[in-house]
Amino acid sequence: MARTISYREALGEALAQEMERDESVIVLGEDNAGGAGSPGEDDAWGGVLGVTKGLYHRFPGRVLDTPISESAFVGAAIGAATSGLRPVAELMFIDFMGVCFDQIFNQAAKFRYMFGGKAKTPVVIRTMYGAGLRAAAQHSQALYPIFTHIPGLKVVVPSSPYEAKGLLIQSIRDDDPVIFCEHKAMYDVTGDVPEDSYTIPFGEAGVVRDGDDVTIVAIGRMVSVAEEAAKQLAESGVEAEIIDPRTTSPLDTETILESVENTGRLVVVDEATPRCNLATDISALVAKEAFGSLRAPIEMVTAPHTPVPFSDALEDLYIPDAQRVANAVKTVVEWKR
Amino acid sequence: MNDAIRKVVMPKWGLSMTSGKVTEWIASEGDEIADGDDLAEIDTDKIAGALESADEGVLRRIIAQVGEDVPVGATIALIAPADVPDAELDEAALLAREELDSGAVAEVAGPVTGSVEVDGRTVCFAALGEGEETVVLVHGYGGDKNSWLFVQEPLSQSHTVYALDLPGHGESTKDVGDGSLDVLAGAVLGLLAERGIERAHLVGHSLGGAVVVAAAAREPARVASLTLIAPAGFGSRINAGYLRGFAEARSRRELKPHLAALFADPGQVTRQLADDLMRYKRLDGVDKALGALLGTLLDGDEPALDVAPLLSEVDVPVAVVWGRQDAVLPATNGEGLDDVEYVERAGHMVHLEQPNAVVVAVNAVTNRR
Repeated sequence: MARTISYREALGEALAQEMERDESVIVLGEDNAGGAGSPGEDDAWGGVLGVTKGLYHRFPGRVLDTPISESAFVGAAIGAATSGLRPVAELMFIDFMGVCFDQIFNQAAKFRYMFGGKAKTPVVIRTMYGAGLRAAAQHSQALYPIFTHIPGLKVVVPSSPYEAKGLLIQSIRDDDPVIFCEHKAMYDVTGDVPEDSYTIPFGEAGVVRDGDDVTIVAIGRMVSVAEEAAKQLAESGVEAEIIDPRTTSPLDTETILESVENTGRLVVVDEATPRCNLATDISALVAKEAFGSLRAPIEMVTAPHTPVPFSDALEDLYIPDAQRVANAVKTVVEWKR
Repeated sequence: MNDAIRKVVMPKWGLSMTSGKVTEWIASEGDEIADGDDLAEIDTDKIAGALESADEGVLRRIIAQVGEDVPVGATIALIAPADVPDAELDEAALLAREELDSGAVAEVAGPVTGSVEVDGRTVCFAALGEGEETVVLVHGYGGDKNSWLFVQEPLSQSHTVYALDLPGHGESTKDVGDGSLDVLAGAVLGLLAERGIERAHLVGHSLGGAVVVAAAAREPARVASLTLIAPAGFGSRINAGYLRGFAEARSRRELKPHLAALFADPGQVTRQLADDLMRYKRLDGVDKALGALLGTLLDGDEPALDVAPLLSEVDVPVAVVWGRQDAVLPATNGEGLDDVEYVERAGHMVHLEQPNAVVVAVNAVTNRR
């Protein structure tokens, strides 16, 4: 039965249902249970944000707490994936991925290709991205574009509890390495989610709102920001179509292009810093493939090219908001040659 | 307020609807209104449809403006006989306007959802109304209880109305066993037994039409009447391409073109409809269920079901409603049946395109003795 649950609960339910269905699914990472190896309560944490809470006792031996050793446990997860398990590793902050780039970029992403299609690496790396929680420059980045850049990786950026569950189940069942990016400010966002297991395929964008005046492509948490902007815009008679790619790799280019061919205007909203991010990537795609349909230059709404500030006031200015999106839409709608 | 002044309120179409917008007033102030007349086009974030009048009289005042977001249950217009003085209507209109502006609209109770266990499967339902007699609505292939949204509410004014999810559909268990009519009819009869409903009027659309016939043949004492809407199991024609296309579509893009076969008006095929259907199709187990049921419906490209012999065993009032432009089970399939009500401007989904025709047919057959 569909009920309203949080993004956090949707992720936990996806993990539990897949662990129930398939014994080869395991979970590993820092504090996924919490308290392991020390006196006191086990399962004290359930991951830093409580996503894996309850799995430790329900699936004995299949939830592994690791030391603070990202390079080791991500490597272990990838190795386990090549030899028959379906590990879901939780790497707390996407900002810490740097210490295991070799395992991810040069090993996991290459196995299928370099072994002539004979190797599969069904590993999921769940990780938190994004600004807004006063977590400062080393814990707030939106680094999904880096992974999108690497052939051989699939990159998932869900925008709602419904997507979080269906895309995580799809990620676990997928035979390739998946970087699953959860926005840290979204865990308490709620929405309708079916109780049954379900999957959402990779490379199929969601159309969140229909409109004929402008296409807004928004990534992850920016989808809700775009929706807020679209509501404001509708009051002044501008109807925005909002496209949520759901996965940045593979990217559903067809849905984006079809929409721009109809509206003639594009605004891309991406929380990542502006050089080589999804906004530039999608803008380049549209400029090349749908140039003839464009009635105005493309607008990009992104973070500035700076580290995420620790000052509350500056961090609030750093993150794209509905007003900036609405202003960008006005710019493209009112543009005259 | 003068009892002769009747409020037209924003309807609640489906469990999740909390507000809606009038996109067009079909009737104007001063128009004579009959029961069932279309009053306005209403749009919600999910669906659009025409609001039909449940009263008769003159449309005296329009309260909700086009484009205004109005909570479910709020008064959007007033209907009254021509002899009610204008002053009284002005007063009622003022009150309604104030209620709308203040947002203090009492919440409207929607259908109550629940489930029963039948043969090891969970069968979910939504029930509305408190009438003495019970009507049970049975959807077709790939449908669910929400497909009756325009029909369940008007019928609930005089009946207790259940809409159920057949096995393999909606929120019910997705396992359909061998997918036979027997399994599906068993779910309908099981719902009646579990809910303590001794006798019910069964309404079935498409595959659901064949299901209710099978249920009536199996336990005739439990069935008070049958309303068959574009039922499967009669005649010799079936759109096998549509059925396979629906079952096999893997994305919104693949599915959408097939959905045009369901409606007379292609504008009914919205992105939202395709999205909602894909949400359903992506639930674990649905693929297998739709595959098994396809085997029940099709023998190669021909219809596999023939329930005419079963219907001839049943001695209850029967009504048949068919959309003239049905492109899934063509209306010519009704030729062997008595008293078929053919509905203009309706395709296969008569209850979505011309809901009033279905409401009238069900009300007529349930009153027949």
